[in-house]
This record gives sequence, structure tokens and C-alpha cells, in this order.
Amino acid sequence: MAMTLRINGSDTTVPADPRVSLLDLLREQLHLTGTKKGCDQGACGACTVLVDGKDRILSCLALAVQYEGRAITTIEGLADGALHPLQQAFIDHDGFQCGYCTPGQICSAIGMAEELRRGVPSHVTADLAAPIELTHDELRERMSGNLCRCGAYNGIAAAIDSAIAEGHEEARS
Amino acid sequence: MNPVTYARAADVPEALRLGAQPLARYLGGGTNLVDLMRESVERPAALVDVTRLPGRIEERPDGSLLVGAAATNTALAEHPTVRTRYPMLTRAIVAGASAQIRNMATVGGNLLQRTRCTYFYDQDGARCNKREPGQGCDAAKGFNRMHAILGASDACVATHPSDMCVALAALDAIVHLQGANGARTLPLTDFHRLPGDQPHIETLLAPGELITAIELPALPLAAHSTYRKVRDRASYAFALVSVAAALEVRDGLVAGVRLALGGVAHKPWRAWKAEQLLQGRPATLEYFRAAAAAELAGARPLRDNGFKIALAQRTIVAVLSSLAGDTSMGDSI
Repeated sequence: MAMTLRINGSDTTVPADPRVSLLDLLREQLHLTGTKKGCDQGACGACTVLVDGKDRILSCLALAVQYEGRAITTIEGLADGALHPLQQAFIDHDGFQCGYCTPGQICSAIGMAEELRRGVPSHVTADLAAPIELTHDELRERMSGNLCRCGAYNGIAAAIDSAIAEGHEEARS
Repeated sequence: MNPVTYARAADVPEALRLGAQPLARYLGGGTNLVDLMRESVERPAALVDVTRLPGRIEERPDGSLLVGAAATNTALAEHPTVRTRYPMLTRAIVAGASAQIRNMATVGGNLLQRTRCTYFYDQDGARCNKREPGQGCDAAKGFNRMHAILGASDACVATHPSDMCVALAALDAIVHLQGANGARTLPLTDFHRLPGDQPHIETLLAPGELITAIELPALPLAAHSTYRKVRDRASYAFALVSVAAALEVRDGLVAGVRLALGGVAHKPWRAWKAEQLLQGRPATLEYFRAAAAAELAGARPLRDNGFKIALAQRTIVAVLSSLAGDTSMGDSI
């Protein structure tokens, strides 16, 4: 049995094995190794990808068969000739040390920007009825699903903050 | 991971038909089940994907809210009606997991998530009555800082990990079920079981029965409600203790109260005793303290988690005080 997913804008037909995670499909079968396997149990966020260009999910906990017919964007799908503004912002603000968490951080930040646009509240949102402002605390809470074991959080937060402030956060999918 | 079949149900009858296969499991966002399958704690032979069943959130004429079981946690948390009329529910959901996981996890699946007891996960190294009935419980005399203080048994001291369900317990939520013998409903507070001597049976679900929706009854006092979670780090951690509460004060007296605790028991713990003691009484620190103490009077600490008894009481008092408008009471304890 085969199935088709739209990966970074291209329809991609792969075998439908119910045991294969979206992460392993991307890395092992499609050789899109930009998406990283950190913990493989939903604790680190390194495997974050975007569904339908906007919803951030953990590809390690996602069975690939559940995403048949859906559009998946990985770090490889963001640059369009030039780097995606968030990728550039990570360079400008030194948002990494070893770089292993970076693809997940960037995909997660793009998903976060979409959630902010929709007004999705977070744990630190004081007023559930008011428009949400991306404060220092909001940014850190909303990105708490992405760990960086080097501890490059200051650069990561600065990169995301500047890219979102400049309104360049939209995913190109 | 063991071999498993996969089928996506297009509607409830198809889900029930597929769910009747031997060793079938319904699959929501997969955020818990996929992990447990990888650890071989869960070994289903058939996965029935129910994420494309109704996930609509519908306001009904009687003022209730009907939430399709396939709604994601994010969809429920961000819904304007939930934010304004049931703020404790939005706050509970966004206190749980991470944004990525909340985008995947369904409401139905949240009710059915398994405990995060590390002995339950440790297939190779630990005994667990929940994983292998009759095997024994290594958590009871092991590292049990995260474990239950209320309603536990010698067979099992695990806690239910959900934040969302704590709010649902406080809100008098009703679980809508569909099975081979038709539809039925259960109060959420009855849906989950205490462990007793059969901790592997966690809910009153019949074999093959499917959660189709969660109903939130109209509950005006819930508009003044909140959720407070105490955990080891500021974000992305399970609760040591959590409190969902709604409070209505009229002329200084408690006109209505709903209270539930998380992180303390095998199920979301509705604080019936405390509610009963508070109803009609002065909304003061003294009464909040007495109610919290009464609720925790039956607590039984394990080796490492005795701190939870005081922590739960203090958190109850802090939350009720802040809802009563006296933040100084909450801060001073």
C-alpha cells in the first residue's frame, strides 16, 4: 500500500507502513535530515515540523499514515532562493551553538507566529480576552517545547523576536 | 514497535465496526499512544484513527457547549466561549504539555492518556500492576515523589497526568459515549476509576466504546474561575499539584464553588468535601483553610511525596483567595 503526502510543496508517494513516524519517514526514507531526532518521545521539540504550512507538531509522535494527503513543511522547505527571514535572523543573532535544535526552533517559531496571529492564549497570558502581545515571557513560554542543550536561548529568543517584529514570520509553503 | 494495522474511520459507525477488532485501539493525536507503543507498553493489533470524526465545538440553546472528541486541545483552549465562560479550562489546557503537543492531541485522547509513572513505562526493569495485572507495584516503595496521595491502593499509586481533565471535573463535564449497544453519557467525575485492586482498568469505558463528545453544562459561576499548576519547572512539566476552581461570592458568603485537584490521585480529584464545607459559608481565609484541610484529611503520603499534602492545601487556599479577590491571602501562605 502506498500513500501520498505533500512534502515541501511536492507530492511524494511513499509506502504506507503504520509503524513509521513522520520523523523517520522524512529522515530515513526521504533523506530530509534537516528535521532532527532528539529524544524521539515528545520531550525536546527538535523534530518540529509544520502541517498545512501553519500548525507546528512533533513529527516523532506523529504516525506518517495519519498525515496522508496533508502538506508538511520542514526546514528544507523554508528557503526560497534566499534564506527564510527566521533562518537569517538565527544567523544575525547567533541563535545556536551546535545547531541540532535549530530546525525545530525555526519551524516552531513559524507555528508560534501563526498562533499569535490567531490570538491563541498561553500559560502566561494574563487576560484571556485581550489581544496578545509577544512579551519576553510570552515568547519564552510559547517556545518552551523546544529545548536547547547548549543553552543558546538568549540568541534564539532575540532571533525570533526580531523576525516576528519585522513581520517576516510567515511560512512559505 | 509490533506489527499493527491502521484504518481511518470516516464516521462513528465505521469507527465502532473497526474498534470491535481484537486488540484494537482508537488513535487520536498519538502523543501518548505512539510513545507507549514504541516502549512496547501498549501493543495494539489494530489502530483506528478517529481524528477525522467530528471535532466541532457547538454552543447549544440550553447554554451548554458540546465539544466533538476530535477537537484538538488547542482548538478548545482558544475557543472564544471557553475563554470567556470557562476560563479555567483554557488555563488548564495551556498549562499542559507544549504548543506542538496541544496542536496534535485530541480532547477524547486527553481523557484516555495513561499515567506518567516511570515504573509503568519501565517495561524491562520494574513491576507494575497497571502494565501486568498481578505483578506488583515497584512505585509504592520506590521513588514516588510524583505519585498519588489520595485514593491510591496497595496495588497502584499512579496519578492521572491530565490538566484538562481537572478543569472538566470541576466543571461538571459530561462524557458522551457511543458503543455497540448505543449511546450513553457519564459524568466526567465517574468516567475515571480509582485503582483499587484492578489498576489496569482505568475508566468505565466498555470494550470498543468510543468517546464522541464532551459536554460542558451552562455554569454561570465558571466565568469566574481559574487553574493553578505547581510543577518543578515553569513550563512543560507534569503537575506536582494543580487546582481548578470556580467561586461565586455574594454578600461575603460562598454562593457557589467548584473545586478539583490534579497530580494527587489516579483520577482528576473533585473536592466534593471542601465544596460542601464552603457552600454558604464566609469566603474567608479561615474557611478556605478548613475546607482544604478537610479535603486532604484522608491523604496518605508515600516515602517521597508527603510534601504534596501541605502543597495541595496551600494551593487550594491561594486559588480560592485570589478568586475571592483577596490576593494578599494567597500570597501570604
